Formats: sequence, C-alpha cells, structure tokens
Amino acid sequence: MTAAVAPEKPELPRGPGTSKKNGAAGTASMRSVARNYVDRVRGGELGALPAVLGLIVLCVFFAALRPVFLSELNFANLLTQGAGSIAIAMGLVFVLLLGEIDLSAGYASGVCAAVLAILLTDHGWPWYGAAGAAILTGTVIGLLLGVLVAKIGIPSFVVTLAAFLGFQGIVLMLLKEGTNISIRDQTILAVANNNLSPALGWVLLAVSVGAYAAIQLRQNRNRRRRGLATAPFTLLAVRIGGLAVLGAIAVHLLNQERSRNVIVDSLKGVPIVVPVIAVLLVAGTFLLQRTSFGLHIYAVGGNAEAARRAGINVAAIRISAFVICSSLAAVGGIIAASRGNSVDPNTGGSNVLLLAVGAAVIGGTSLFGGRGRVVDAVLGGMVVAVIQNGMGLMGYSSGVKYAVTGSVLLVAAGVDALSRRRAVQR
Amino acid sequence: MTATPILRLRGIDKSFGAVQVLHDVSFDVHPGEVTALVGDNGAGKSTLVKCIGGIHPFDGGEYWFENEQVQVHSPRDAAAMGVEIVYQDLALCDNLDIVQNMFLGREKRRGLVLDDATMEEMAAQTLEGLSVRTVKSIRQQVSSLSGGQRQTVAIAKAVLWNSKVVILDEPTAALGVAQTAQVLELVRRLADNGLAVVLISHNMNDVFAVSDRIAALYLGRMAAQVSTSDVTHSQIVELITSGRSGDLGLAHSNGATA
Repeated sequence: MTAAVAPEKPELPRGPGTSKKNGAAGTASMRSVARNYVDRVRGGELGALPAVLGLIVLCVFFAALRPVFLSELNFANLLTQGAGSIAIAMGLVFVLLLGEIDLSAGYASGVCAAVLAILLTDHGWPWYGAAGAAILTGTVIGLLLGVLVAKIGIPSFVVTLAAFLGFQGIVLMLLKEGTNISIRDQTILAVANNNLSPALGWVLLAVSVGAYAAIQLRQNRNRRRRGLATAPFTLLAVRIGGLAVLGAIAVHLLNQERSRNVIVDSLKGVPIVVPVIAVLLVAGTFLLQRTSFGLHIYAVGGNAEAARRAGINVAAIRISAFVICSSLAAVGGIIAASRGNSVDPNTGGSNVLLLAVGAAVIGGTSLFGGRGRVVDAVLGGMVVAVIQNGMGLMGYSSGVKYAVTGSVLLVAAGVDALSRRRAVQR
Repeated sequence: MTATPILRLRGIDKSFGAVQVLHDVSFDVHPGEVTALVGDNGAGKSTLVKCIGGIHPFDGGEYWFENEQVQVHSPRDAAAMGVEIVYQDLALCDNLDIVQNMFLGREKRRGLVLDDATMEEMAAQTLEGLSVRTVKSIRQQVSSLSGGQRQTVAIAKAVLWNSKVVILDEPTAALGVAQTAQVLELVRRLADNGLAVVLISHNMNDVFAVSDRIAALYLGRMAAQVSTSDVTHSQIVELITSGRSGDLGLAHSNGATA
C-alpha cells in the first residue's frame, strides 16, 4: 500500500550508482545491487533463496549425523538418484509457469521408458532410434494433452488426472500385465551408470566456465558501449568465480576413486547424467530467458488476456508448454530406465510425479503461474534427493521419507502462497 | 484549430442483436489535440472506441483515416494504421518488467535471441520523450509500480510504435489526486508532441483541464462536438444528461425518447 500513498514527484537518484535518466545508464554499485536484491526478497520474490538455504541446512544436518553422507560415493549417488525427477521437474516448470499442472508427467515418462525398452530389447533397435522414438512418444503425448487443455478447454488438472490413470494402464498393457523388460544396450545403460573420464570432466568444466564467462563479459561490454545500465564487475566476477569454484569442487570430488574394491572395478569421474542435465538446464534457460517464446510463456502465465491482446497466440503457447513438459518427461523416463537397468510397470509411477512437482515448487517455481526458472527444478530436485538419500542413510523407513518430503513440499507451497500474497498487497 | 482531422467517422451505426448502440455517429479527431469523449453510462463510448480499434465491426458508415476511407477488421489493422487504445484494465503483465511489457508481442530480436539492449534503449527514449521521471528503473517488474506508474507504462507502450492516434479509456478512474495530475500532464504532452489523443472520462474537471474539444454522446447519438473553450461545465453536463443544451445538441432528443 505504501507505494500508492507516496507522492510521485520526480525522484532523485536513490543511492550512489543508481542512474539518472530512468535508470538507463551507468554501472550499478555492488551496494545498490545488494539493496535491490534485498528489496526484491522483501517484496515476496524469493526466487531460489529458500531452496539454496534448505539445501545447505539439510547437508549440514545430515553430514553432522551421518558422516558417510559426505562421502564421494554418496555424492555421486545423490546426483544419479535425483537426475530422473529433475528432468521431469524441468518440463513441469514450463507448465507451472502457465499456472497449469501436469499430473501425468510421471506415467508419461513410464510410457516413454516402456517404448524405449520394447524397441531396444524386443525389436533390437539401435539406442538412438529407440531413444528418439521414446522422446517422440513424449512429444505426441504433450500435443494431445495441450490440445485438450488449450483448444477444448478442459482444466489441465482433469485432463492430466485422466491421463495419469490412462498412462498407468498403457504401461501395463505395453509391458504385458507387468513383466519386467531389462535393458542391455550399453549406451543407454551408460547414461545413469557410467562416468566421464576424470580428464574429460575437467575439460567440460573448463569449457562451460569459459563459455559462461565469455557470454557474460560480452553482454556487459555491449551494454556498456551503448550506455545502458550494467551490473558491477564485482558481481560478474563473483558469478563466474562461483561457478568455477563450485564446479571445480564437484569435479574434484567426483574424480576421486569411489570403488570399494579398486582391483575389481574402478569407479571415478563425473556421472554422465550430470552433463546431460546441464545441457537440458542451459537449453531450457536459454529458451525461457532469451527468446520471444520464453517471454510469451511468462506473459501468458502472468496475464493471459494481456498476452492475447498483444497478439500472442495463447493456445499455441499452452500446447507447446505441454509438449516440452512431456518430452522432458520422456528424457526422465530414459534416465530412470538406465538407472534401473530395466523398465517395469512402476517406472515413472508411485512417487515420481510428486517428487518432480515437489522439486519444481521447492526450487521456487510458483504454482500460480508466471514465476519460475528451469534452474529451480535442479535446486529443488537436489533438496528432494538430499532428503531421500539422507533419511535413507539414517535408516528411516520409506513411510517417514514420504511424510517428510510431503511436509517439505507443503512448506514450499506455503512459502509460495505467502510470498505471492505479499507481492499482491503492495 | 488545426485544419483536417486525422480520423473522421461519418454516419456510424452499430447494433448488437436487436439493440442499436450507435445511431448515425460522426466523430472527428485532430492531431495535436486532446478530444474528450464524454457521455453517461451506456451512451456508447466504449462501443465507439472498440469499433475504432477494430474489435467490433461497424454496421454502416464511413471510417476515414488521413483522408482515405479505410476498412478496419481487426486490432492489428488499427495498430498498423497507428491507432492504439489503452484500455481501462491496462493489460499489463505483472510478472514482466517495464521494457518487456512495452514490447510484448512485438519484441526486437537478433536472430533467435531477444535484443534486450535495443529494446531497453527504445523504451528509455520513449519514456524520456514523455518526460517520465517517476520510474526508478525500466527493468523493474510492473507488480512493483503504483497505479499512476502503470498507467504511464501503458501509455508509453501505446506511443512506442509511432502511433498517430492514442485512445485512453478512463485513464484516471482509479488514481489518487497527485497521480491523476501526473497522468493528465502526460496526456497533454502527447497532444503537444503532435499526436491525436482521445480521452474518455467521466470527470468534468479532467475534461476541462486537458481537452481541446469535447464530443458528447447521448443514447448512442453524437449530441455535439464542440471546442472546450466555447462551453461551460454545466452545458456539457446537460449534453450528457439530456442530449441538448440551449442551441447545442440533438434537435428532437426529448421527443424521440419520451
């Protein structure tokens, strides 16, 4: 309410570094950047803050109670455990951004995994053909759901609830009433089970950090040349340095020997799923943050009527979000099939969907639409994986794990609702 | 005042089913002027504006724009000619920032990628051209703006595209005193920059503060279109409530409706 009461005289620049001319020029100081961030958080835009804090608290907690939590073996396990639901959660972010929901993403991943397994094992397709067909299956599923929601106008909750049941049935039919199809293709198995060579891990990290730094610095130089507001150099250095340091720690840890018996089997290097997830993260972030398509997704989620009047094809945006969601669910299904070495009627079932929705929401994606990023899925997915993994190490039963994960999801949704209310009240 | 109107409507009729909303309406809009469109609830102001903006088709009559008769079938046609309407609900996305809202649906791109730098420059120039200094940063989200600032963004969005006619639907209805003054100042500045501005308003103080001409609708008919300096408050109120005032207004309005 304060903003409406305050008289709006031409305001003086607020602080050092806040620019004149509509804030359009000059380099902001670190102080003003920090203040803006605090203002945003107070205004209800929490972003990834709760997830990052939660992750740190949980890691410290489990590390203190079960030192084995911090072992290299467990760290690698954590990443491969979380990868499948992170991929599904990334897709869910697109649907959640529109204020919709896809309850069928879990079983959609199961259907796609079943397609993969049948083509690989029963029909002897090459891995790329089978994986392509699995992803295409996801695309078709998304198209169907999207058309039912956007063109027919059935609420997404109902469409995907029906699909949830339907796909469960399709998985059973595909797998002949519950047989288990094992996967023997070495490439697909490698995704969740094998590691990059230690050298390749370092090379990929160096390339990623280098590319990130180049993009950031080029963008900054371009904006400075045109006289636009730029982030302070310190902030850029912190971001690039942070990525480099965290990446280096992770690669170093993962490159340690994790095998209990080195003579039998050497186990070291970055799991292959990590770069797979990283590529999805970069591609999804690019799509959402740097293209018109991504902007239109945010616009439709924020105010569909305004988007329609601006000439955006709202139905097409809705359909494409469901297509992206189900296609990424297919990728999640492939990762799950690889990790399980097989596909059975439970692949993509039971708690997979709920963990994925939990991951997106815990990461900071709003259930009300319009707010969220792909990286939320990764951060939230890590929180979920840490809870599952840490509580497993502490010897709690599945029952307790479910109850705790459910509570965390409820807390995250509560934070989302409260921060939204706070933003509306202003 | 200025010579030829940029937008000229003649003999406009419009019905929704059995209800005729506009009868033989004539309406002129001149560049460099603020034309106030007044009328009681249900007089047909919104319908007239929606017809101008291409949302509803006219049933009959002529639509002249820059001395050419035109057919406007959709909002895109109107926008292509340079007619922009700022609706009362503003149609802004709260979760996007000012620049993103101003360019929504018409983003500047370089290849696949959004050209944020160019959009930011253009948005800053437009806001500066309107002497808007109330926003702290054009990269702040619209959700953090006050009512007056939102109205300002919506208006800036309308003038960004070299539009020639800007129609504002009750821009001050939801604003406080200070913000109303600010928006009216902006409305005046648009006209002084050479745009043709149509201001729909119920507030006589606003109308007399900024308009050059006043067009009064009464039960779907154009009661009168007069220079603001030639009339008084009470004459306009009479035109709005009864369709005539002295020699002004509809000839037989009482007989026709009684």
